[in-house]
Amino acid sequence: MDLLLTDYLPIAVFIGVALFIGGALMLAPFLVAYRNPDPEKVSAYECGFNAFDDARMKFDVRFYLVAILFIIFDLEVVFLIPWAVSFAEAGEFGFWAMMIFLGILTIGFIYEWKKGALEWD
Amino acid sequence: MSFLSNFWTEWGGAVLWLAWSVASSLILLALLLIIIAFLLLMDRKVWASVQLRRGPNVVGPFGLFQSFADLLKFVLKEPIIPAGADKGVFLLAPLVTAVLALSAWAVIPVSEGSFFGLAEGKWVISDLNVGILYVLAISSLGVYGIIMGGWASNSKYPFLGALRSTAQMVSYEVSIGFVIVTVLLVVGSLNLTTIVNAQKTGLGTSLGMPGSILDWHWLVLFPMFVVFFISALAETNRPPFDLPEAESELVAGFMVEYSSTPYLLFMLGEYVAIVTMCAMTVILFLGGWLPPLDVAPFNWVPGIIWFIAKVTFVFFMFAMVKAMVPRYRYDQLMRLGWKVFLPLSLAMVVIVAAFMQYGGLVR
Repeated sequence: MDLLLTDYLPIAVFIGVALFIGGALMLAPFLVAYRNPDPEKVSAYECGFNAFDDARMKFDVRFYLVAILFIIFDLEVVFLIPWAVSFAEAGEFGFWAMMIFLGILTIGFIYEWKKGALEWD
Repeated sequence: MSFLSNFWTEWGGAVLWLAWSVASSLILLALLLIIIAFLLLMDRKVWASVQLRRGPNVVGPFGLFQSFADLLKFVLKEPIIPAGADKGVFLLAPLVTAVLALSAWAVIPVSEGSFFGLAEGKWVISDLNVGILYVLAISSLGVYGIIMGGWASNSKYPFLGALRSTAQMVSYEVSIGFVIVTVLLVVGSLNLTTIVNAQKTGLGTSLGMPGSILDWHWLVLFPMFVVFFISALAETNRPPFDLPEAESELVAGFMVEYSSTPYLLFMLGEYVAIVTMCAMTVILFLGGWLPPLDVAPFNWVPGIIWFIAKVTFVFFMFAMVKAMVPRYRYDQLMRLGWKVFLPLSLAMVVIVAAFMQYGGLVR
C-alpha cells in the first residue's frame, strides 16, 4: 500500500469509529427516553415570554469584520508554516524575504488598528 | 470455497489491517473517554475544593463514578427539539462538535517505545508527517458545530452565543497559529513525534546535564508558552473566557435549546477539545512523554505514564484558572486577543527567527 493510504486511511477509520460512538449516543435517548412534547416545551426559550419575533435577526457588523481579519492573519500563518519548516534550507534570503512580507502585513495591521477596526465599544 | 480462499490470499492482509485499525481506534477512543470522565470529575472536585465545598461525593467512593451516572441520566432524559428549529442541522451540530473534537486524537502521539517490553514503536493511530497542521485544521472546524447549533435553534440566546463564540475562537486561533510557527522554527518539522523528540536535547544538555525539564520548549519559548496556555483557554471557551455561555447574560449560549444527549455531545466535544489542548501544550512545550530528568528511577517509568501525568497537570491548571479568575468582559477579551497577543506573538516569530538566523542556532 502506498504512503498516502497507510497514513490517511487510519484517520478515516478513526473518524468513522468516532462518528459511530457519537451517533449511538445521539440515537440512544430517542429509543429509550420517555417523550411527551407539548407546545410550551418546544417553544424557543426567551426568559418566560413568548418569542417576540424571529431569532434570525440583524447582527453587529463587527463580527463580520473579525471574520475578515481572521482570514487575513490565518492565511499569513499558513504562509509562515512552510517557511518555518524549511527555515534552515531557506537561508538568509528566505529570512529577509519573509521579514519583508511580515513588514507589509504589520503596516496593514497598524492601519486596521488606527482605523478602529479592533475597537469593541 | 475456492472463491473464499482466493479472496483471503488476495485481500487477507488488507482485512487484517483494517480490523487492526478499527480495533486500535476503539481502544484509544474508549480509554480517552474514560480518562475524560475522570478528568471531568477532577474539574468539579478542584472547583469545589477552591470554594470549600465537597463536590460530587455520593456515587461510588469519593464520587468516582459521578460522570458515569451523569451519562446514564443524560441518556434517559427527554430529548427536546424546539418547534422553530431546523431539525436536521439542530441534531447534526452536536455530532459535528463531538466527532471533530475526537478526531484530532488520530494523530496525537501519546508515547513511544516500550511499555515494560510489550508495545514497540509509535503509540499513535497515524503518525502523520503534517500532524500539527491536521490538529490545527480540525480544531478550526470545531467552530462549525457551534455556529450550526446557534443558527438551527432559532432562538435569540443561542444565536448571540454562537456569534460571540465564533468571533472569540477565530480571534485566538490566530495567536495559537503564530505560537505554533515559533515552535516549528525551533524544531523544523510538522510531525508531532519529531517535535517531542527534539526536546530531548536543549538548554540543559548544552550545559552538560542529562536530558531534563530544562530542555523542553517551555523554558526557551516561555512567553510563547504563556500565550499558548491563555489562548488555549479562550479557544476552548473555558473560564475566564466563557463568554459564549456566560450564565448571567446568555443563560448557556448556543446550548440553551439542547437537552439530553445532544447537550451531552456538546459538553463532551468541549471537554475533549480541552484535553486536546492540554495534550498539545504537553507535546509542544512540556516534552510529551519524556521524563522530567533522564536518570535511573525516572526513565524506568513508561512514557505513557509521564504523558498522562503531564496532561493531568495542565488540566489541573485549567481547572484552577476556572476556579479563581473572574470572567472577562467581551471588549476586554477582543482587546486581549487582537491588541496584545497578536502583536506579541507576531513579534516573537520575528525575534525567534532572527535569533535562529544570527544567533548561530540554525539547525
